[in-house]
Amino acid sequence: MDSKTLKKLNLLAVEVRVTTIETIYRAGSGHSGPALSIVDIITSLLFYRMNWDKYLKDVKGKDALKQWRYWHDPILQRDRFVISKGHGVPSWYASLAIGGYIKTKELQDLRKIGSRLQGHPERKRFPFIDGTTGSLGQGQSEALGYALAKKAQGRKEKVYCIIGDGESNEGQVWEAAMSAPKFKLDNLVYIIDFNKKQSEGTNKEIMDIEPLHKKWEAFNWHVQRIDGHDMKQLLNAYEECDKVNDKPHVIIADTHKGYLGNRQVFMGGGHNPVIDEENFQKSVELLASIKKSYGA
Amino acid sequence: MELKPVRDAFGEALVTLGASHPEIAVVDCDLSAPTKTAEFNNTFPERFFQFGIQEANAIGVGAGLAISGFRPFVCSFACFITGRYDQIRISVCANEAPVVIVGTHAGLAIGKDGATQMGLEDVNLMRGLPNMTVLQPADHIETREMMKYVVTSRHPIYLRIGRQPVPNMNKENYKFSFGKGVTLVKGNDLAIISSGGMVYIAIEAAKELEKKGINSRVINIHTIKPIDRNIIKKAAKETKGIFTLEDHNIIGGLGSAVAEIVAEEGIITPVKRWGVRDVFGESGDPKDLYRKHKLDKEGVVSEVVKFYKKLKK
Repeated sequence: MDSKTLKKLNLLAVEVRVTTIETIYRAGSGHSGPALSIVDIITSLLFYRMNWDKYLKDVKGKDALKQWRYWHDPILQRDRFVISKGHGVPSWYASLAIGGYIKTKELQDLRKIGSRLQGHPERKRFPFIDGTTGSLGQGQSEALGYALAKKAQGRKEKVYCIIGDGESNEGQVWEAAMSAPKFKLDNLVYIIDFNKKQSEGTNKEIMDIEPLHKKWEAFNWHVQRIDGHDMKQLLNAYEECDKVNDKPHVIIADTHKGYLGNRQVFMGGGHNPVIDEENFQKSVELLASIKKSYGA
Repeated sequence: MELKPVRDAFGEALVTLGASHPEIAVVDCDLSAPTKTAEFNNTFPERFFQFGIQEANAIGVGAGLAISGFRPFVCSFACFITGRYDQIRISVCANEAPVVIVGTHAGLAIGKDGATQMGLEDVNLMRGLPNMTVLQPADHIETREMMKYVVTSRHPIYLRIGRQPVPNMNKENYKFSFGKGVTLVKGNDLAIISSGGMVYIAIEAAKELEKKGINSRVINIHTIKPIDRNIIKKAAKETKGIFTLEDHNIIGGLGSAVAEIVAEEGIITPVKRWGVRDVFGESGDPKDLYRKHKLDKEGVVSEVVKFYKKLKK
């Protein structure tokens, strides 16, 4: 990839962060920490890696039901994306608004009654969600099912799934880890948001998941460990996935909860802090300066 | 009369329908022989996915397959599969993923294997889930015809399959009508409302009861959810009382579903729920277990007589 692409993606990631914080701030509640740690991963998927933009024109401006039917038609050859750590979804909604999948105005509906933008993602209410998640440890199995279906149907699309590190406490994650290699699902990419913290403390305090790399290797996956805030490393990791056949891929992405960029985290990297005006303004200013540092 | 477990009919229907429905798939949890999906595996190995003893993962995978266009049957024993409640709740029901959850060996009939293997709370669990349909066939013909409906429907379904051998009570030309109860024996003294393997016992009991001068109406509820409100309403109005009969805990199962309708309709009539009375099962020959729980013909007859004597209308 060229430096122009990287710059573009880095700038988009800043936009997604600003929009995410603003959206959660306006909603009055939400998980800013786990939403911000996955921004670079989400940005790299939606604006670079996945083939969604190819189908965007077919749903843009259409009514909600038509959008849903088109987007969820099993024959549509689009990549699938499951955000298994469903509480991180606000940054996904933000990136969809920036990408033109939904109107920016709709972000004001987050967590409001009757909204398509539920606190945790719901597939039946919203087209751009490939799995109802939030009860942790389930999305990765749905993603596995998509990948298995695509193999059985002789299809070429890929399936991406973001799993939390806290979520990796769940036994079902390891059932999926055990079973995907059996079916040689090289069309399946799990990305672990390894931000080292979960709801009530660090992974080490609550439930240590290390050595994570060795665990996935022992389960016979193609394992990569990268800096999950480094766009270049993310894009390279996806390219490496293309080179390895007959094995599912897991990218362990080292991240920081609440990451804003420039070694700064939002509100101490808290899980779901109540955002006040002061912290909101501070983060907006910081992100504006980060944007400048990218040469915007 | 030939007695055969309905799971045999389920396995046969899967293979027959599999030929004309390429979207049918099986997700197995290391129980293909007892759940009768082994023949499907032999015939359509490319659509048979062995997930080992990972029921939770298998349910999620089933959801992914279903959303991708397959009609997957995720199969295990009733107790194990419905024990993965939150996976069925979220990955299947909230997702509206058209998965068929198949719970075999429902009820006491697994016998000697004991309590941990008996699905006695599964109807209660599945009935309480939004978007879920609950079906239970009573004999081979009904299983075969019900399966035709199941494969063409695009909704989540819980299919409860028994192990005990039963004869055919329905005629060869039987047509399965979703959501409609079936009156198998006419009578106006009281109604025995049953489902699954217990329907056979209800019919046998009705013959004995007739000898004692009690004319029972026997109703088979193959669709436990959504339940046939009208047939229950009619039974409540036209008979002196309703006796529900199920191979399941009396809490939350068919009996509860019937009582809910009778109460909601404001019909004042006694409803006696009969089944396993809020206890776990235990090891034993199925015959001995059904006798102990008074779910064999003799036990049911004596309970119905007791109930009938108390009816005032």
